Amino acid sequence: MSDIKTDKSNALSFSAPTQIDQEKRNFLIAATVCTGAIGAAAVAVPFVGSMLPSERAKAAGAPVEVDISKIQPGGMLTAEWRGQPVWIINRTDAQTAELSKHNDQLSDPMCEVTSQQPAYCKNTGRGIKPNIGVVVGICTHLGCSPTAKLEAGGDMGDQWAGGFFCPCHGSKFDLAGRVFKGSPAPTNLVVPPHQYLTDTTLLIGVDTVEA
Amino acid sequence: MAQDKTTAKKVEATGLMGWIDARFPLTSNIKNHLTEYYAPKNFNFWYFFGSLAMLILVLQIATGIFLTMHYKPDAELAFASVEYIMRDVFGGNIIRYMHSTGASMFFVVVYLHMFRGVIYGSYKNPRELIWLFGVAIFLCLMGEAFFGYLLPWGQMSYWGAQVIVNLFATIPLIGPDISEWLRGDYLVSDATLNRFFAFHVIALPLVLLGLVAAHIIALHEVGSNNPDGVEIKQNKDKKTGIPLDGIPFHPYYTVKDLVGVVVFLIVFVVIICFAPEMGGYFLEANNFIPADSLKTPAHIAPVWYFTPYYSILRAVPPVMNSQFPGVAAMGLSVMIFALLPWLDKSPVKSIRYRGRLYKRWLAAFVVSFLVLGYLGTVPSNVWGHFGAWMGGADRATVIARIFTVVYFAFFILMPWYTAKDKTLPVPDRVVG
Repeated sequence: MSDIKTDKSNALSFSAPTQIDQEKRNFLIAATVCTGAIGAAAVAVPFVGSMLPSERAKAAGAPVEVDISKIQPGGMLTAEWRGQPVWIINRTDAQTAELSKHNDQLSDPMCEVTSQQPAYCKNTGRGIKPNIGVVVGICTHLGCSPTAKLEAGGDMGDQWAGGFFCPCHGSKFDLAGRVFKGSPAPTNLVVPPHQYLTDTTLLIGVDTVEA
Repeated sequence: MAQDKTTAKKVEATGLMGWIDARFPLTSNIKNHLTEYYAPKNFNFWYFFGSLAMLILVLQIATGIFLTMHYKPDAELAFASVEYIMRDVFGGNIIRYMHSTGASMFFVVVYLHMFRGVIYGSYKNPRELIWLFGVAIFLCLMGEAFFGYLLPWGQMSYWGAQVIVNLFATIPLIGPDISEWLRGDYLVSDATLNRFFAFHVIALPLVLLGLVAAHIIALHEVGSNNPDGVEIKQNKDKKTGIPLDGIPFHPYYTVKDLVGVVVFLIVFVVIICFAPEMGGYFLEANNFIPADSLKTPAHIAPVWYFTPYYSILRAVPPVMNSQFPGVAAMGLSVMIFALLPWLDKSPVKSIRYRGRLYKRWLAAFVVSFLVLGYLGTVPSNVWGHFGAWMGGADRATVIARIFTVVYFAFFILMPWYTAKDKTLPVPDRVVG
């Protein structure tokens, strides 16, 4: 390059500007940085996006059909939906009656937090049928799967009327998946969208309303 | 040996070294970082842990490379491939135990290294950047440990990852989307395992190596602190310009560190041979059960080095139906170390010349760190419940709350008590 500058006879030679136009230079720097930043942001899209759930992972979230005819009263069944445990609890009449008696011990007895259940499950039993509870068995605290303690009393103490206990951080839920006060879990367990295809066949993952 | 050579040339003119020095600053690097890097002559026991941390970093990288030759980052195959390494690969069990024990020992050594920095005020002016690089290394190391712990795909791996990733879900508004993005699925799954493998074996190690280089370059720029907290560069030999209290790093401290390495390796080998699981503290029993997304183990706890922060997470009650304050407190409990250089208003660096007030606060902090660390390894009902007068609360939870307050008070009140503390006069020269 230095040759070009010093060789006056060369056609390519140019005289060095006597003054640097700092304003122009700043503008060019800013324009280059902006263009580069836009380019970098655009290139980041496929990389950041590649970490989102893939099409295969999304497809695995399809609804699942569950036969609930075999669940004894007072028993439960664990189905798998989106890889998560979904509990289907067949409460006895006594257990269902008990649900409305301990409202004062619950954080959200009336299911006011709308994200935790579909509108059609905003009732004491949090279900479509009074005795059947359907909840995602993932603690709303940090995602552990609580342990079923369906029987009253036992190692949970005399006050326990049956429900679920999360071994990770000690959250307690009743048989409708409503969280007891004093638990680290902030909200009730999630009731997934579901509907009955027949009296004993449940479809988990699809809202009744949409059908 | 090199006492009189500082002003001497930093390049060789002849021979192989001459050829290299004309093309790469080899001689000058050796001099600047080893033979003519002058470290204070009064380093003590606490100064072993920096070089030991480097040794473990090398060990982890070397053993890690050999583990990746046999490990399969696939949810269907991962657990079995680790068992395969343990049972069928020649030397596989030793290499894996070196890696798992190395992880725990890394934290032992780094915690001691950090404690050294605290007691001798090594984070204070002019070493703030060294300290910040160090905090970044610590965070990076925690990431390495967390990502690595998922790879064996045992129950603890799985549920530990589930809990930690869900910590991000508690961030208001964007939280659930962030944790879904981190997992790449609606739950911890094959996609999560595969990306954690990528983070563990390449992304974070690269960052870690860069940070370690920055840590050491910054250290060699300003020079090492010492147990007296005296700046040795303020007292140089008039003729040579060498600090009067400095000795060349090589051979003096390379030999000293070698003694530390030998003792460390004895401990390390004893653990690998006789107690690689360390009674469930280094490798947890539940992690010998393959991951099951439908069943959480009865008691889950992180590995010991995370338990103080985990205790803080558990101790903070939800506020306004949100777990975020607990998560924020846990994050803050780690990040707050970065503020130490600016929280400490004491005119002296070393604990030797600090007053009683500071020593008491430091003792309270150490106790709370240890108690929180213990409580994080056990269920929150370990010490039973208080009676009705405390609403039947878990004793351990209440105690964890008290120590959480002490933990943060150590930092938050530091500007006050370090300014108020009566300090002793600091000598001009290193005294021992």
